[in-house]
Formats: sequence, structure tokens, C-alpha cells
Amino acid sequence: MSKTTSQNIVCTFCASGCDDLQITHDGRTVDSARNGCAISLSRFTSTKESRILKPLIRTKGTLRPTTFDRAVDRAARILNSARYPVLYGWSETSCEAISKGIELAELVGGLIDNTTTSCHGPTILGIQDVGEATCTLGEVRHSADLVIYWGCNPIHSHPHHTNRFTIFSKGRFRKTRKDRKLIVVDVRRTDTAKLADHFIQIQPNSDYELLTALRTAIKGEEIEQDSIAGIPTETVEEIADLMTDCEFGALFFGLGLTMTAGKHRNTEAALALVRDLNYVTKFVIIPMRGWFNVTGANEVSTWQTGYPYAVDLSQGYPRFNPGDTSAIDAVARGEVDAALVVASDPVSHFPKAAVKHLLGIPIVTLEPKSTPTSEASEVVIPSAILGIEASGTIYRIDGVPLEARRVVDPPVGVRSDVEILDAIIRRLRRLRGRR
Amino acid sequence: MPELLIRNGYVFDPLNGIEAEMMDIPIRDGKIVEKVGRRARVLDASGMTVMPGGVDIHSHIAGSKANCARMMRPEDHSKDPEPKTKNTRCGVGHTIPSVFTTGYRYARMGYTTVFEPATPPLKTRHTHEELNDIPIIDKGCFTLFGNNWFVMEYVKQGRIEELAAYVAWMLEATKGYAIKIVNPGGIEAWRWGHNVRRLDDMVPNFDVTPREIVRALCKVNRLLNLPHAVHVHPNGLAEPGNYQTTIDTMECAHDIVTETHPTMHVTHVQFTGRKGWAWPDVRSGAPEIADYVNAHEHVSIDPGQLIFTNVTWMTADGPAMFALFKLTKTKWFNADVESETGAGVVSATYKRSNYVNAIQWGIALELALLVKNPWKIFLTTDHPNGGPFTAYPRVISWLVSKEARQRLVDKINKTARTRLNLPGIDREYTLHEIATITRAATAKSLGLQFKGHLGVGADGDVAIYNIQPAKVDLAKEYRAVRKAFARAAFTIKDGRIVARNGEVVRSTQGRTFWTRPQVSEGMMKTVTSDLESKFDDYYTIRMANYPIEESYINASHMISTSAEV
Repeated sequence: MSKTTSQNIVCTFCASGCDDLQITHDGRTVDSARNGCAISLSRFTSTKESRILKPLIRTKGTLRPTTFDRAVDRAARILNSARYPVLYGWSETSCEAISKGIELAELVGGLIDNTTTSCHGPTILGIQDVGEATCTLGEVRHSADLVIYWGCNPIHSHPHHTNRFTIFSKGRFRKTRKDRKLIVVDVRRTDTAKLADHFIQIQPNSDYELLTALRTAIKGEEIEQDSIAGIPTETVEEIADLMTDCEFGALFFGLGLTMTAGKHRNTEAALALVRDLNYVTKFVIIPMRGWFNVTGANEVSTWQTGYPYAVDLSQGYPRFNPGDTSAIDAVARGEVDAALVVASDPVSHFPKAAVKHLLGIPIVTLEPKSTPTSEASEVVIPSAILGIEASGTIYRIDGVPLEARRVVDPPVGVRSDVEILDAIIRRLRRLRGRR
Repeated sequence: MPELLIRNGYVFDPLNGIEAEMMDIPIRDGKIVEKVGRRARVLDASGMTVMPGGVDIHSHIAGSKANCARMMRPEDHSKDPEPKTKNTRCGVGHTIPSVFTTGYRYARMGYTTVFEPATPPLKTRHTHEELNDIPIIDKGCFTLFGNNWFVMEYVKQGRIEELAAYVAWMLEATKGYAIKIVNPGGIEAWRWGHNVRRLDDMVPNFDVTPREIVRALCKVNRLLNLPHAVHVHPNGLAEPGNYQTTIDTMECAHDIVTETHPTMHVTHVQFTGRKGWAWPDVRSGAPEIADYVNAHEHVSIDPGQLIFTNVTWMTADGPAMFALFKLTKTKWFNADVESETGAGVVSATYKRSNYVNAIQWGIALELALLVKNPWKIFLTTDHPNGGPFTAYPRVISWLVSKEARQRLVDKINKTARTRLNLPGIDREYTLHEIATITRAATAKSLGLQFKGHLGVGADGDVAIYNIQPAKVDLAKEYRAVRKAFARAAFTIKDGRIVARNGEVVRSTQGRTFWTRPQVSEGMMKTVTSDLESKFDDYYTIRMANYPIEESYINASHMISTSAEV
């Protein structure tokens, strides 16, 4: 087949939502991907690696190929007979699929949670305490003269972040690198830190102290200690001055803040710091979300159930109480008796206690590629890769929705998450004698 | 589709001049018809009030800022769960209900059409995702234009026709229904933490004034023959003394008239109808504003009635939200949208004992009672800013009964009580006037010719309330009125019964309305080339990925207009 080039394709790796990719392909295989980062290129050109091509069912201890209908039937029966199933993943699929997932969770009275629970869950808890002063990434590009990366390393995790949105980008009011200052706060000298005008190397697990000290300093109050988080107080005051003297500041933070000691107290302090800075200048804060549609998972869950993650539907209405209704905790406590995993790999990512329980219950996995979770599953249904082999809506870090479009055909017989979930829902309704 | 005959109800159909006449309403294939066959299902409405389905012109039910508010406020939902039933999905209330619950709660009150009044263009795909998910009701959204860079640049250059073509392009790209202006220029100033408070203040870096933006967009509205007026939230929201800016804003477009409908709709005037110099001195500006509206044909308003309860403020007016957050010190969300607009969300509680809150409550009611023509004022609470939409029945009880109002006047802040004009106003709305401000006038203002009435050809959207007009003294039995409007005896959507006695019995998919003005090819070409030359400089997404395809909308209903450019 002859080669064509598709323009303006949305990348489905990280949540930066680069939407200017040029993908050359023959309708089945991607030949090359231009404009993206190295990870994006690898994602688009390695779709064939480790693929699961046929639905699998575990029989006599081994996963064996089966038909789509049999796999769907088995999946529906597992969910139907479960008393409290968990439906987990959702950050690497479309909003349309997430919507189906919530419908299914409501139908079976399960717990539906997305990967927020293990990354920026503390960010959301912080927002629920403080609020959030934020903006879309274009506002940072146009206006920010001060950029802070705190506990994150975008050069590796979001490779185009600096050139599309921050220090190397060209905006209406900031044209060059010289127009912006960069502060990096981290426990080690990362590649992002090497670009910084000011690198603040703090002691591990002391983010909360530094954030609190900065809040004190920007209010013009004296800090009594000589050093905070291993940083001399003079430096802390200097950073506070940079913050209050800028015209438009932007603070980006990652798991270095959300998953270290203090967790949601850290994010709360960061959100409150940025809020307080708005009394003297303009300042925004944007979490560096990881997976390309983890933001979308929060959005859909919120508009359909009122809560962004960790939603328990076992009572017939939504309940939200992270720690109680979050997937890792419910699994680790041994409360759930079946799992549906969509586009995620909890066997690799969950803590040991949770994995131990997970391995003892039937798992249904929807996943394009072989993973430790799929290997441990009772049923595996291969799915098309979103944004390459299937279309759907995704949300960028900053809540800007994009349509990730299908570029090439999925392998023969492989369907999208939406189609698979829809088939499971229909089968389940039939099992329950309802249309 | 089966036929339906609504028999023997007392019909209120203000658009067709029908007031409390006992008559039958035949519906076939979702539309009201001359008559139906003998096999039609008969719905006995004897002794009940029959009205067209309610049409809400301004209620923040969907999109990015509503969802930010939902996410930020779990405490708002946990007290008000909505369990799943045989016919309905589960969800949560209260001030910012989840999408399914939103559709059901409107349907329970007899409302069948609702417009989301402020969608940031770049995030409108999100708004449509939520609108798609809201069951039963028909809906649409107003696209924000008042702080858009392309708009301000066209205004500065005086290129009104190109501006019109740009607005047409944007309405098509965002599948929006009307032009919305929020704090013109003020949100651009908020980029640097500032605001633009008066009509002739300059917008930083763009060298235009709010007056110029408002006038230009009013002219555009006329050039494009858009079905609705320009929907305006003026500068200076919530500030003491802002009533003058509101009047100035209305006056600035007095010469831009259309034959068919008003040029400008000024919304939630309670928030911009304040006299006085500082908070302790705030008074009602309602009499002056009502005088202006009574004397001019080019404007309509809605009050944004305040309810004494916990609420969520949400608006595109970022600077106003921050100013109010500094007073409440609760939770504050801000979400600026590149090159276009902003958004703010704050949680708050209105108290009867609070002087300013009591004045606000009074301003809204004074507006509703002092504007003489019910076709120029519509019932809103600016949900969820003044109060949740579920409070409409309470507002109706205040409008139809001086006694109901007086009961509350006796309980509000004593100073406010002496300073309000409200206790001296005797007017009580009739059911006919209630039908006007809740459906007929709003449908007319939106230019939805098949909504808000029960004539042949109209949509089969009907609300039946347990009120016997001849026997009920509204002013005395206001509690019964409130109860009746809270739980419609029947809500009929497109000829199907969707709710009965306040319970949803069937969930359907409503349509989404949007406008496509037909602009000349040449003019569209000019504007497309302007856009292409600047788009990558202004936005962080490609122009090709900006427009929302019609296929994205579950039940799309496009309204085409022929433009004069």
C-alpha cells in the first residue's frame, strides 16, 4: 500500500497533548513520526511489539486463545458474580471508554478508580481544601516571566514542555529565554535543573517546610531559622522576592511533591502559596500530570459522579472517601473479589500487599500489549491503541480537550476499549435478564 | 411514535395569547398538532395547569468551570446523593449536580430546555461532552467573545464585517448558540492581576475599551441575524456602585436596534445593580435599572435571584471571583484560557443576617417586580451563583405572593430591611406572567420559534402542574404553588411522559442547539487567512484541531441564519 502522511496528529504519550505530529504510514504500520519527542516516535513506531492479538481465557492454569464473544461472556460472568469488583486504570484510554466504564461500574455496583490514586490524588485532595489558581498552558507561554519546576523533571517526563509552553517557547509578551527566569526545586540535579537560573537542592521530604517558609516570606514576615530544608534563609528570601517581583509566575509540580512525605499537605501548601501570591502579583500552578488522559479520567468521573477518582458505587449512589474507596486500599484490605483493568498495569505498580490480593482474584484485562497484569489475568481482551489505532477524546494537563484520531488500522480482530466495554455491558444486561 | 392528548387542562400559553383556557393539547411525533386520532393516549389534566415546558436562558450546568467546581467541592455532593433507579442513573446534587442528576432535576420541575451561558471556546469540546450526557432536556451554550484577542484586534482596526465573519467561524467551530460577553476587556487585564471596571477604561495592551467591544459585538449580532441577543455580563461585577456601569452598558447600544428582538440581554443584574460607595453603604440600584428597561426596547434582563443558602459562584469573570474570594476566604479556583477568556469558582454562603446579602436578595426581587413588561425579564438564579436552579419554585412563590416575601423581609438584616424598596411594592405575578418569564419570553428571546408555546408545530414539550387556577389564591396559598412547581404532575418531552409527580419515569436524549450564520465566501476566506497567519502564535493547539465536528454532538440541531456580510 502506498505511504501517506497524516498531519496535526495528537500524541498519546504524556499529558502535554502535542498535536502537531506528522505521521507517515501505509494504513497499517507507522513508518515515521515527525515533530514529536523521542518517546513519541518510539510509541508510534513500536505498536507491533509485545501485542496481544487474540482474546485469551485462562483454562487449566494457562491463558489460551479464544473468540471475542467467549472472552466477553467470561468477563461479564466474572463481573456479574462479583460482590465488590474494582474497575481500575482508565488513564490511557479515551473519555468515551471511561464513560462506558462508569456505566459498567454502576451496573455491577463496583468501585471505579483511575491512576490518579497513585500519582496526583494528593493534588486533588489539596485542591479540595484550598482551590487552585491555574490557567491553560498557552497563558504561561504568552505571559510567564518566572517558571518554577518543583519535584518534576520535564526534560525526561514531558520532553516538549519547555519548548512549547515555558522557557524556550515564544509567546505574545515573552519572546526569548532571556525574558523568563527558571527556578528548579528538586532533591537532585536533574537535566531540567541544569537549565535553571536558580537551582534549589532541598533535603528529601522537606518540601512542606520550604513551601511554608516561602508563604511566610512573601507575606513579609521574618523567618527565624537560619536554614530551611537545607537551604539558607537568605536564599529562601531571595526566591520569595523573585516570586513577588515577577509579573506572571507559573509553578509546575510533579510526583516529587505529591508522593513524598506530607503528600496532600505538600500540595495544599503549594496551592496556598500560589493563591497567596495572587494578592501581590499574578501567579498560577499546574500539576504535571503523567498519562495522556489521566486528566480526562478525572473530568469524566467528576461530571458523571461528582468525584474525580476513587468512586464507590456499591450503594447505588456515588461515594468518595480516598483511603476507604481508593483502589489500592480496597484491594490491599482484601475487600474486592474481582477486577477489571483497562489500560493499566496494577500488578507492576501497586504495593506488595495489594498485588498479593490481586493475584488471588479473577482479573479481566483490556490492554493492547502484554503486561504482568495481563499475564496474571483470567480474561484478556486485546484493545486498539488510542490515538494510533482508535479515535477518542483526551484532556491535556490543563484541561484542554483534544480529539486523538486513528491513524492506522488496529491488528485484525482487535477492537477499541469502547467497543469491548459496550459488548461486556450488553452481555451483562442479558445475563441479568434486562435489555 | 404514539399520539398523546392532554385533555381538559387549564392552558397558559402566553405566546398565543391563551390564559387559563380549558383546552386539549394533541401531540403526534413529538410535535403539537391540530388533532390526534381516537387511539391516542389520553392524559387527563382536569383541574391542572398546563404550560409549555420551561425554558431556562441562563444556568451554568456544563463545561470546564462547572466541573472544576464539582471537583473542588465534594462537601457539596456528599449530603445530596441521587441513587440509581430503574429508569435513571445515579449521581449527586446539590449546587453543582452531576450531569445525569441535572437533567432529571430540571425535568422534575417541568423544564425541558436549558442554556449554558458561558463556554470558553478552547474548552467547548468539554462543554459538549457534558451537554451530550445531560439527559432529557434540550440545551445549548453561549460562546465567550468579550476578551478574545482576535475580537479585540478587529475592533481596534474597525473591521466590523471581518469581526462578524470571525464570530460566525467561531460559532460554527464551537457549535455555540449565541454571543456571550463577560466583563469585556477585564479578563484580559486579569492576565496581569488587574481588572477593567468601567465602560471607558482602556484594556491593557489592546488599546480598546469595553464600550467599543460591546458595541462592535452588538453590530455583529445584527449583521449575522443571530437568533438571540448579545448576552452581556457587564464590567464591575459585585462592586458597590456598579449599577451605573450596567446602565451605561445598556445605553451604549441603544442605537443598534433590530426589528425582531432586543439587541442586548443583560444577565444576573442583581450582581451588577448596586448603588453606594462601599460595602456598608450598598443600596439597591433596581429602581433606576428597571426605569431604564421600562423606557427602552433594545434590552431585556434577568435578575439572578439570590437564595439564602450555600452556593457556588462560578463565572468567566476571573478578577471578580478573586475579589470576592478575598471577602469569603473560602476556596478559590481560577482557570484562565489562552487568548480568550478566564474562569473563577468560589464557594460561599448567603445569610439573611448579612446586610449585603439581604440587599442582593432585595435587588433581584425589586427588578422582577419593577420591570413592568414580563417579556423583558426572565426567571433565573444564575445557577449556581444566586442559588441552585432547584430554588425556582421558591422564587415563584415570592413573585406571586407579597405575603411570602413579607415573611422573609421580616427575617432579614434590619438595616437592609429599612433601605430596600421591596416592602413597599405590592405587585403580585399572575400564573400567566409566571408562564411568560419562565418559558414564553425566554424562548422568544432565544429565537427558538418551536419552544415556549403550545401552538401547532411547536415541540411537544409540556409541563402540567397541580394548580387549579380558578380555585387557588396564589397570594395566600403560595406554599402549594411552590410545591406544585417543584414537582410537576407531568413533564412531557417531545410527546413522551418523562416525569410524573416529580419522579423521572423515562430518560431520553435531548438535542443541542447551535447557530450557523451563512457568511459570504469571500469574507470567510479573508478571515480564515487572518486566522491561519496568527493561530499558531496565539494558541498551543493547531487550528486544524480547534473546530468541533458536528458528529461530536449526540443530537445536533443546527439553526442557520443568513448573514449580511
